[in-house]
Amino acid sequence: MADNTNSKDVNPFQKQKNKEEMQKQLITFALMIVFTIIAFVVVAAGVMDSMFVIPILLILAVVQVGFQFYYFMHLKDKGHDMPAVMIYGGIWAALLTLAGLGVITWW
Amino acid sequence: MSTAASQKRGFGTVLWDYLTTVDHKKIAHLYLFGGGFFFLLGGLEALAIRIQLLQPENDFVSAGFYNEILTMHGTTMIFLAAMPLIFAIMNAVVPLQIGARDVAFPFLNSLGFWLFLFGGLLLNCSWFLGGAPDAGWTGYVPLSITSPGHGVDFYVMGLQIAGAGTLIGGINFLATIVTMRAPGMTYMRMPLFSWTTFITSILILFAFPALTVGLFLLMFDRMFGSAFFDVGLGGNAIIWQHLFWIFGHPEVYILILPLFGVFSEVISTFSKKRLFGYTAMVFATILIAFLGFMVWAHHMFAVGLGPVANSIFSLATMAIAVPTGIKIFNWLATMWGGRITINSAMLWTLGFIPTFTIGGMTGVMVASVVADYQYHDSYFVVAHFHYVIVGGTVFGIFAALHYWWPKMFGRVLNEAMGKLTFWTFFIGFHLTFFIQHFLGLMGMPRRYWTYLEGQQLDLGNQISTVGAFFMAFGVIVFVINAIYTAVKGEKAADDPWDGRTLEWSIASPPAHYNFKQMPLVRGLDALWIEKMEGKGRLTPAEPLGDIHMPNSSFLPFMMSLGLFIAGLGFIYQVNYNWAYILLFGGMAIMLGSMLARSLKDDHGYHIPKDELEREVD
Amino acid sequence: MSHDHSLNPETMPSEPEKATQEGKNKFIGFWFFLGGETVLFAALFGTYIALRNSTADGPTANELFGLELVFIMTILLLTSSLTSVYAMYHLKNNDFKKMQLWLGITAILGFSFLACEIYEFTHYITEFGFTFRSSAFGSAFYALVGFHGGHVTFGMAWLIALMLRNAKRGLNLYNAPKFYVFSLYWHFIDVVWVFIFTVVYLMGKVG
Repeated sequence: MADNTNSKDVNPFQKQKNKEEMQKQLITFALMIVFTIIAFVVVAAGVMDSMFVIPILLILAVVQVGFQFYYFMHLKDKGHDMPAVMIYGGIWAALLTLAGLGVITWW
Repeated sequence: MSTAASQKRGFGTVLWDYLTTVDHKKIAHLYLFGGGFFFLLGGLEALAIRIQLLQPENDFVSAGFYNEILTMHGTTMIFLAAMPLIFAIMNAVVPLQIGARDVAFPFLNSLGFWLFLFGGLLLNCSWFLGGAPDAGWTGYVPLSITSPGHGVDFYVMGLQIAGAGTLIGGINFLATIVTMRAPGMTYMRMPLFSWTTFITSILILFAFPALTVGLFLLMFDRMFGSAFFDVGLGGNAIIWQHLFWIFGHPEVYILILPLFGVFSEVISTFSKKRLFGYTAMVFATILIAFLGFMVWAHHMFAVGLGPVANSIFSLATMAIAVPTGIKIFNWLATMWGGRITINSAMLWTLGFIPTFTIGGMTGVMVASVVADYQYHDSYFVVAHFHYVIVGGTVFGIFAALHYWWPKMFGRVLNEAMGKLTFWTFFIGFHLTFFIQHFLGLMGMPRRYWTYLEGQQLDLGNQISTVGAFFMAFGVIVFVINAIYTAVKGEKAADDPWDGRTLEWSIASPPAHYNFKQMPLVRGLDALWIEKMEGKGRLTPAEPLGDIHMPNSSFLPFMMSLGLFIAGLGFIYQVNYNWAYILLFGGMAIMLGSMLARSLKDDHGYHIPKDELEREVD
Repeated sequence: MSHDHSLNPETMPSEPEKATQEGKNKFIGFWFFLGGETVLFAALFGTYIALRNSTADGPTANELFGLELVFIMTILLLTSSLTSVYAMYHLKNNDFKKMQLWLGITAILGFSFLACEIYEFTHYITEFGFTFRSSAFGSAFYALVGFHGGHVTFGMAWLIALMLRNAKRGLNLYNAPKFYVFSLYWHFIDVVWVFIFTVVYLMGKVG
């Protein structure tokens, strides 16, 4: 890292890379907004059966959250192996918790 | 506090040093003294339970007080004794084993300790403020909702604060092991105790939030009138059981896995052999942790989850016996053909293997749903979990203390007293708890205040009580041993056991910066490799240079004190308006300290190179 | 990285948040903390799912929730997530002023979200008599959404403290990890909200 610590300006290569990254972020954001709008419209229209709507909503949410993690929070970048392990671990424990409370609490 | 340096200083200086320290070795001492104190307290409660059960229809304590004692015995032993003692060992050893100068977050390390201590103190304040919690250590609703007085409120707030400390400690060790390993110390070269600390910290990270939420719900119901568990308003008591055991089952693996690491170190050192099946041991640990998350409902077989759910959880539970079995065989295989030294640390380890195996066996028994309907809530279960928790965790803590005492305090514990402790405790333990299997099978329910004559329960209970006093004797001898060692004990060499891992390559006790130069690790059992190749010490991985060290801070103490005061405020705002002063005042102290920490830069300080060079001579 | 280097704003590596050992620790430690937070919110979601129909003859989810306000809140929070991405973009370009600007916008969006949430809660309480104590559903709803709101509030206080503390001195290797970690926290809050609007509001409407 010593090579680009000499000037206040970040070197042009790095700057270009950051810029390209930012463009990807904007596309991500646009997709997230689109997904959100689809989710709200599907519910507001009220034309579909709930058996059908709920899986759609959940899939949209999961994809959107994937975008957040992988693009906004840079989980896709290198040096994020351990964070990814811990987040997936957390998601695994979270799924078990949800299954426990959602499925075997009332009978 | 037997270090030579502290004896020269005044008491006030030492006290202030410990109140503000961020050094992992001193925090280990604090955890040891804090956890040790609560261990003695929990032991007294255990003795009271055993005296009460000495004879039929005894009235040594009243029924209500008995409920308080047994609740506090369980809660204290799990949260305030076993956990902090484990943290004491982790703090003392892990940074040294992985070749680090300190933990990743020294400030948070200190905060974790003070949160635990103030949480524990808050919980025990209940004795003097109208009665301790009395709903069992599991705090099942609706009993814990309807329990009158403030006892359960203290349970909620005390555990919430102590639990936050534990979570912080867990994250700290995770980050330490991920980012602070010495050059060459790859994951698969880490000593097994560091590995089990790592896995345990993962369990803490994922298990404690469930307890946090459970305690919040209970707190809201008891103090703020919500309806999570109020069946009249649509609440559901099973939610508490799920949340408690989603935390609670990983918790028992949190209690045992670090000690599996300890036994691995002790066996390998005193057998003069590399640990047999190191890779298998690592993956068995990971597998236990993974499965440990999927079995919580085996505590709820009698709730009525239905045959499908019960069968799934039963199978998953039995599956855990496989990786645990792998471990047992690997330990035996490590000793096989080794040059075995039997001293106190090794005795505890040898005592552990059969004891824990019995506990594991009864574990598989209670994992079977149909049979569990018989065992459930009987003394059989009490015997089972004492065999694993005392036989595993407490034996392990004793083994670890005998093994690492020289590194922690610079003195070797007295062997004769060590052996006396082991034999009295070991015999006392089996006297106390082996018979309880049969008491349980004969139908004695757990948590009952007393029992009637003529049910053939008398003799078993008498034997059990006698055993408890043997254990108490053993513990007292250990305390005397610790004090004796501090005053007159034999000074420890840097490497008294001919050790294999990095902590034995530095002074006993280590300098506050641990390693003058980061060591270069060339394989598993790094020090042993160097010994075998004739050099006997590690090659430095860097030239001698300035060492960066963190500053001490009083803020962790203040934050925890603030939460302690706020906790009292939460408890008493139900009855008195003045308690809001405590609530908001305490929160203000806590948040103010957090803000101060955030606003004031803390860059630490450097130990200059020439000072380090002078110290060589 | 030596002490002096970490304080010099003139020199900034490409990933300032991870350039020092302290920064690396913060980065890793905070990600792990978020792993724990995942379970914390899962427990709250689980409780909500278990109790969502326990209305005790009070208003149901379908009667209570209005999609318009939730949509506005969602857009506010999603946008604030993007603005904090912009702030991190300028952090990596070592442009402190622009970073502060985008963080300021993030704060405004965050406060607007909070205002909407406060309005929403008062609306439920005054119009429907739907409170934390009125039913198990009410308790679970306010606990889940309130925990999220509490996280937003804490995040706002954190952000303001960071911005004011560093307003005069600009970026350096000591505070860059702090800004970065805040942005992680903020994205995570958005992640939780995505599930809240899906599971609580939209699924509440569908039934």
